[in-house]
Amino acid sequence: MNKTDLIERYEPSDRINHWLVAITFVLLALSGLALFHPAMFFLTSLFGGGPWTRILHPFIGLVMFVAFAGLALRFWRHNILDKNDEQWLKQWQDVINNREDKLPEAGRYNAGQKLLFWVMVLCLVVLLATGIVIWQPYFAPKFNITAVRIAVLLHALAAFALMLGIIVHIYAAIWVKGSVRAMTRGYVTRAWARKHHAAWYKQTTSGSGPK
Amino acid sequence: MALQSLDIERRSATTTQPPDQRQALKVAKLIDISKCIGCKACQSACMEWNDLRDMVGTSDGTYDNPRDLTENSWTVMKFFEVEPDGKLEWLIRKDGCMHCADPGCLKACPSPGAIVQYSNGIVDFHEENCIGCGYCVTGCPFNVPRISKKDSKAYKCTLCSDRVAVGLEPACIKTCPTGALVFGSKEDMKEHAAERIADLKERGYQNAGLYDPPGVGGTHVMYVLQHADRPELYALPKDPKISPWVSVWKGAAKPLALAALGLAALVGFFHYIKVGPNEVEEDEKEGK
Repeated sequence: MNKTDLIERYEPSDRINHWLVAITFVLLALSGLALFHPAMFFLTSLFGGGPWTRILHPFIGLVMFVAFAGLALRFWRHNILDKNDEQWLKQWQDVINNREDKLPEAGRYNAGQKLLFWVMVLCLVVLLATGIVIWQPYFAPKFNITAVRIAVLLHALAAFALMLGIIVHIYAAIWVKGSVRAMTRGYVTRAWARKHHAAWYKQTTSGSGPK
Repeated sequence: MALQSLDIERRSATTTQPPDQRQALKVAKLIDISKCIGCKACQSACMEWNDLRDMVGTSDGTYDNPRDLTENSWTVMKFFEVEPDGKLEWLIRKDGCMHCADPGCLKACPSPGAIVQYSNGIVDFHEENCIGCGYCVTGCPFNVPRISKKDSKAYKCTLCSDRVAVGLEPACIKTCPTGALVFGSKEDMKEHAAERIADLKERGYQNAGLYDPPGVGGTHVMYVLQHADRPELYALPKDPKISPWVSVWKGAAKPLALAALGLAALVGFFHYIKVGPNEVEEDEKEGK
């Protein structure tokens, strides 16, 4: 494919940052699920056993929070919801049935992506705050027992919401062909940009490249 | 303890029934607070039998020594100077694990087999399976488990499960000089308690009663209290039960969340099968 047919969507530092979050997320999801449900306890083997899973999980969590904060600072401006997004969300049936041409033009991110972004921001904040409250042996003993009990439930709920969100995120990347390459290679095709993010396409290519 | 491996009623983080073929007699320790003189022989016996030595601490001006339960002090005498009816009473309660019939520690524990409940009712920690997460502390309505600063494992009273398994009474019972501590079948202990309560009532303790809180399914360590209507005088919770936060977390949330995550992945898969990928068509590639 001709290089002029490609548009840069993510620069190398964006990609590295994203995959740092992705890797830590996978580690946290596996170790977290291991401690959440007995059926998943076998996953502790991946981390060197139960005690190691307990020891590592919160430290990996800190890395994820810092990495995610970087991602959030990079992208929050593109994720502010507007009137168009409201319409987009109302037409969710067109979204899931591949009738993209009927939807309002999306900017750099569509309403679904924006919504997911803010859900993740909220989840990460809750996970960090509650995670510190239940962190053994360093912080948990310093907190009131009721606070620990509430934190442990909120931590599980926020993790659940985040995992559900990431399932949607990963599926959308598989479903919308060409998206994975944006995050692995950094580039999308002009046609991809026109189809999925028309407003962004117009903005980035205004006055340059073939019409 | 391995000796009782056939008598396990519940096992932490285990969704199937553990080996439970033999049905042991439900046991209980009865602590008659009206007979306790606060000699702490039970504390010493506990240390001796379990081979534990606590650090020398500091005095806070009371007889409580150590001040609280620790990973090395599985039972501690707590002294309360109270004036419930306008006259001074010195209430001495032997604190420690209550061995709940519905143990919050076991419910909260994420590690298979780190906490077991024998069919005789004893709730025991198996430290070799403990991962040090502290969830048992979160689950306990009585603030009993302690995480060791040395090995990050949880410790508490075992009700001398090793002694009971071979037909002996717990070490604290063996040593009590006044008969304030008695051990036997739960039924017998309730009968004995009823006699003691009748005696106390005769002697003017109108509200004497048994502390065997139903909120946790009853306990295998019970108290005869002079003021059963006011357990807070002894720093005992009035109606202990597993916190609703813990119940939701380790109850409905656990299977529902896992099912929902699996379902979400499945919905994604079938969505792909139904509508197919969202691809850029050939004619779209040409540009307009």
